Amino acid sequence: MRWINTKPSPAVATLLMLAPFVLLVIAYGVGSAARLADNPSDKLLPALQTMVDAVNRLAFIPDPRTGELILWSDTAASLVRLFSALGISTLIALVFGMLVGMLPYVRALLAPFIATISMVPPLALLPILFIVLGLGETAKITLIVIGVAPAMIRDLALRVIELPKEQITKAETLGGSSWQIALRVVLPQILPRLITSLRLQMGPAWLFLIAAEAISADSGLGYRIFLVRRYLSMDVIFPYVAWITLLAVITSFALDRLRIVVFPWSNLGVR
Amino acid sequence: MSTIVFDKVWKEYGDQIVLEKISLTIASRAFVALVGPSGCGKTTFLKLLLGEEAPTQGTITMDGVPLVAEPGPDRGVVFQRYSVFPHLTVLGNVLLGKEFRSPVAARLFGAARRNAVDEAMALIAEVGLAGSETKYPAQLSGGMQQRLALAQALIMKPKVLLLDEPFGALDPGIRADIHVLMKRLWHETELTVVMVTHDMREAFTLGTRVIAFERPRDRPEERERYGSLLSRDIYIWPPRIAGEPSLFAPDRDDPAIPLGLSQDDPAPQGDNP
Repeated sequence: MRWINTKPSPAVATLLMLAPFVLLVIAYGVGSAARLADNPSDKLLPALQTMVDAVNRLAFIPDPRTGELILWSDTAASLVRLFSALGISTLIALVFGMLVGMLPYVRALLAPFIATISMVPPLALLPILFIVLGLGETAKITLIVIGVAPAMIRDLALRVIELPKEQITKAETLGGSSWQIALRVVLPQILPRLITSLRLQMGPAWLFLIAAEAISADSGLGYRIFLVRRYLSMDVIFPYVAWITLLAVITSFALDRLRIVVFPWSNLGVR
Repeated sequence: MSTIVFDKVWKEYGDQIVLEKISLTIASRAFVALVGPSGCGKTTFLKLLLGEEAPTQGTITMDGVPLVAEPGPDRGVVFQRYSVFPHLTVLGNVLLGKEFRSPVAARLFGAARRNAVDEAMALIAEVGLAGSETKYPAQLSGGMQQRLALAQALIMKPKVLLLDEPFGALDPGIRADIHVLMKRLWHETELTVVMVTHDMREAFTLGTRVIAFERPRDRPEERERYGSLLSRDIYIWPPRIAGEPSLFAPDRDDPAIPLGLSQDDPAPQGDNP
């Protein structure tokens, strides 16, 4: 049988799925054990137990100075920034994506401009944002929006343009006005794509969040990582990275489930 | 009433001439089948009727009024594909035309909605989709999707129904079933039908009149400067008349039944024989 035709059974597929994760943990354990055998106070690859202790300390024991549970307050601070920025980006993308996609005049006016804006490296704007907007939340949220929204607008506008011309014509023969066609034909069909687009932009959004927090913040997951870097606290950094990854994976999964539950038809073509 | 008159219509795309000097009168309640080789301008002709394209020269009028150069509710359409909305259920698809009556929300509520739902359900049953109201188009077969597209167009009670190879992708059995439906709808509804098709048998089975477009000059160097002309205009005989029983077996390819009629050939009677 050709390789392209051999498929794993569900059980094997699960094992294969888990294998890389298990291998990574084992490789880390082996490497960590080897380094610690040489030098018990090595900080680069702390033992799993050290990390568990660190997580325990950060997540369940209130900080003696502020009385906060640091992991949770960091998570809350970061997620508030991330989700407000993504919410704003989604709204902007929806409005401008539909306008650019549906109205030739707006497309002529804005499409090249948005394409240009999306090429500006957002991190290069960060100093400007800090100078103009101050060091508070506004600058961080704006950075994420600038980094994420143009790509989402372009993605949605393309999706609108890709809708078969026949559908729009059909809606016109049913007596729909531009507004009605936007509301009943275009909007419902791009909302699933909006969710997918949001999922794809989660990576960049986290990047900009961590970058902004690294430079100026007094709480947040990125702030903590860059703070403890000074003490070479790998036992905190590794769990934080894993936690951020887990948050991103959960958000992405939840968004996809949301899409399927709210728009059941959007999964019907996929077999 | 809906008499459509094409008066010396030309259609050009840039340098490319697609249709030349089309003059044609389509009687109210006719069922015109439009045939011709690929690229002869059949679909362009349909787009002119639909209002998606405007003629380069000449005029198209319906009941003496020039056609609005934008698709509207007086002209329904069924395409070969993408005619129904994938995000709406069968009922939602048929209801949509009614819901567009509400200008801002584009939705109906209360009694207005109940009436519209009743009307839509009747139409869904009419096209043979009863029981599938809550399904999405992706859950329907190709034939059922086209039935749905017909119901969706007919709820607007259009004067003209334009069909762009609507049954081309269906297998022969399904196609025969939907032909029966199409004939019934044409008999029972106040409709003028213009259908583009590749299938000669379909054209002669359903139509009251078969029109062919052809490029008389089709050498490669001529193709750009000469468009298609209306080359054949055949009235089906004996005439099929909307709403009246046929004198004839519905399908000319059926086994012959002695009918006591002398002439079986389609006799040319058109403006441009």
